[in-house]
Amino acid sequence: MSDLEKGPEPREPRRGTPHDPDAEHVDVLDPDAVGGEDAAKQVQASMAAADRPGGPLDLSVYLPTAKVTAGAILIALVIGAVLIAISDDGVIESLSYFTSYPWDFFTRSGDAIWSAYSALVRGSVGSGAAISTTLERSAPLICAGLSVALAFRAGLFNIGGQGQLTIGALCAGYVGFTWDLPSGVHVVAAALAGILGGAVWGGIVGLLKARTGAHEVITTIMFNYIAVAVLTYALSKDAFQRPGSDNPQSLPVADSARLPEIFGVHIGVLLAFLAAGLVWWILERSTLGFELRAVGANADASRTAGMSIPKVYTLAMLLAGALAGLASLSGVLGRGDSLSLSVVGSTGFDAITVALLGRATPLGTVLAGLLFGAMSVGGGAMEAAGTPRELTDVLQALIVLFVAAPALVKGLMRVKESGGGATVMAKGWGS
Amino acid sequence: MKLEIRGLTKRFGSFTANDGIDLTIEPGEIHCLLGENGAGKSTLMNMLYGLLDPTEGEIVVDGVPVSFSSPGDAIEAGIGMVHQHFMLVPVFTVAENVMLGREQTRGLGVLNRRKASHLVRELSERFHLAVDPDAMVEDLPVGVQQRVEIIKALSNDAKVLILDEPTAVLTPQEIDELMEIMRELKAQGTSIIFITHKLREVRAVGDRISVIRRGKVVGTAAPTASEAELAEMMVGREVSLRVTKEAASVGKPVLEVRDVTVIDPRGHQVVKNVSFEARAGEVLGIAGVQGNGQTELIKSLLGLVRPDAGQILLEGRDISRHGPRQSLEDGIGYIPEDRSHDGYVGGFSVRENLILDLYRHEEFSRGGALRLDEIRANAEARIAEFDIRTESASTPVSALSGGNQQKVVVAREFSRPLKVLIASQPTRGVDVGSIEFIHKRIVSERDKGTAVIIVSTELDEVYALSDRIAVMYDGRIVATVDPDLPREDIGLLMAGATTDEESTAR
Repeated sequence: MSDLEKGPEPREPRRGTPHDPDAEHVDVLDPDAVGGEDAAKQVQASMAAADRPGGPLDLSVYLPTAKVTAGAILIALVIGAVLIAISDDGVIESLSYFTSYPWDFFTRSGDAIWSAYSALVRGSVGSGAAISTTLERSAPLICAGLSVALAFRAGLFNIGGQGQLTIGALCAGYVGFTWDLPSGVHVVAAALAGILGGAVWGGIVGLLKARTGAHEVITTIMFNYIAVAVLTYALSKDAFQRPGSDNPQSLPVADSARLPEIFGVHIGVLLAFLAAGLVWWILERSTLGFELRAVGANADASRTAGMSIPKVYTLAMLLAGALAGLASLSGVLGRGDSLSLSVVGSTGFDAITVALLGRATPLGTVLAGLLFGAMSVGGGAMEAAGTPRELTDVLQALIVLFVAAPALVKGLMRVKESGGGATVMAKGWGS
Repeated sequence: MKLEIRGLTKRFGSFTANDGIDLTIEPGEIHCLLGENGAGKSTLMNMLYGLLDPTEGEIVVDGVPVSFSSPGDAIEAGIGMVHQHFMLVPVFTVAENVMLGREQTRGLGVLNRRKASHLVRELSERFHLAVDPDAMVEDLPVGVQQRVEIIKALSNDAKVLILDEPTAVLTPQEIDELMEIMRELKAQGTSIIFITHKLREVRAVGDRISVIRRGKVVGTAAPTASEAELAEMMVGREVSLRVTKEAASVGKPVLEVRDVTVIDPRGHQVVKNVSFEARAGEVLGIAGVQGNGQTELIKSLLGLVRPDAGQILLEGRDISRHGPRQSLEDGIGYIPEDRSHDGYVGGFSVRENLILDLYRHEEFSRGGALRLDEIRANAEARIAEFDIRTESASTPVSALSGGNQQKVVVAREFSRPLKVLIASQPTRGVDVGSIEFIHKRIVSERDKGTAVIIVSTELDEVYALSDRIAVMYDGRIVATVDPDLPREDIGLLMAGATTDEESTAR
């Protein structure tokens, strides 16, 4: 993967510091914010980077800037509007007499777009109930997003959220429907089981990476398969399978193991926000976070500075797994879903998108999680208003697509490239 | 071919990297371009080689203004470039490398190797380069690989050859050979633009010297100018090129290395039975051409690489099984040879990098939480003490100039009590002003009674700092000598010449 750094042209001058969510200093890459000196330094920095073939991989090159993110969302909404218009029967009909009454086409398009987007907004944040649903839908996305973000900051690409969530749900569910405990204790035990399950599942990957160098992208993907297989197997056993049923499905958890509600939403929402705060504290304020970020940005320098890379990898994946385990609680303990093969949906994969969109910072991840949660909830309302709910999936996909292709967004938004020449700087210029 | 640069200006946003540069390269002259890091030499050459578009000004070849939109255009116009890092395919032969990109075939896509070989042989003979066209590039010494690059440029009919810091990777003998080749090229009409920051070389081979500072040509000089004059032009103030130091007051051995052997992952013995001792209050210089085991030896001293045999004793205690963390705690200071790779985290702020190996100390963290106020105060103090030029303490280190990046590393390592200081290439890619400063700090660390080990491929640096010099060749210390030994003799030792009289190695 280090080839990414050795490309014929440094693709984008590297972004300054993704590790600074409170934005103490301006994004060094923001062309508008760059003074003269900065531009020079930037050029130097990008040359220094190009100068060093085979340097440590800096994952931060994949993260979008705030401007690109905003642009991506805007462009996605515009394209979405076009899609809404052309998928509306009335609009299509008006096209047949466009030359006679062109105004009809525009009013009908406007109506369709307005009704779809207003339904989207109303359905997600338009009422107290809608907001509650959005928050509950967002909670697992935020937790799992934090899992990906935390690992990302340590230089690890955690594709294994899905597996960690699955094992988390399995453990939480098992404790939830088989153990018989007093209500307060039961839910805590079930929650801890879920978190622990995820942590172990992630921790194994970290350990494998630390001990043997096995690449986490490959191992996490494989562990996703294994987790599904474990769940399938468990659901065919008496200990898990709903009595008298042939379906691979368990009982829902006991009421005493359900997450209590607070302000009209289950406590998983609060936990998600607390988790974001905790992850922020770990990353920015703790020695562990210092090590984690250092290793993620430059493992060689970290090792030279006396940090233990295996320790950091193991701990990072352990924490990431725990966060994914936390995410799994929303389903089984929050909504009270019974264990089935679809118990975690695609949360583990959506989480990758959420974390990337959130620039792998806790605050960004929370915002991205809320956005995706809202779109998912609002999609239902939009469908009721006559627009296919799949449109929200398209919107999400478009946002991510544009975020992944910052040059495209900049082109579309006509954001001026910084410095002009910085991207074509030759390699091998030491002085 | 006469190459003229007229009023060439390059701006990045509101920053002017090159400001109205005028240069004339006469046919058959060696024109030296001297300047500190970040002075704008690279930008200028990038424009000349078609990698950057000038904002203003023009490039004129033989009276005709030209514009290059790619290196291809520049090559077409007769400009060749030898990069500091070679652009060769190691598993190809010399001839194959030379024909790379414009392979000639004998129909049906069969490569005409014979023709390429012939071309290489012809050029090699004409310019006395002594390059075998059928040798595999990876088997060739660095100096010869460089000549392959020169042949590559010449085979494109280069009339103006740009050499970018060509001597950085060479032994003193190879440097002499390169200069001989440069003179030969010149005699046959090829002009050379020779980029360097080494004053000695400029004076030895240049016909004219142009000094660039802050994007402007601040003056031209004849090769008869003194080193002090050139340095002053380059830096803009008077610079002391000599390290002033008292005679060392040598104490007892602090670090003893006994028969250390290191085997690299490919199974080669890269450090072979090396023994030496570093004594308190003394600078031990380890001289050698890059790639003769110094890197691995130094890494084994810190514990980044575990020696496969032998012992490393710190004040009599065996530390050869210790990892970097323990060694750092034990009072070993370490300035790695490649700062951007091992010395700092580019995306981290100056403040964070200044505690990169100190964050776990009581002073900067308590109960797993960083003590931000102390970290901030430490940064302010170090920035002031070491005159680190940065916008603020929260600026990422990657945005600093090379010299200031190195100062961050040096400042960090000097901010705790040391028993041993290991500094590898402490001033590589650092401008003259910062070199002076870093050298002074190293000497003052020695005077505090620290045992200092300097590893450098720059003989000048080894000479300037060392009280004793160990010469490494092929994984061994071939001799330990006093710094009054003539350069030529050390040069020979670095190149692997065996000596009888100086082999008082241990």
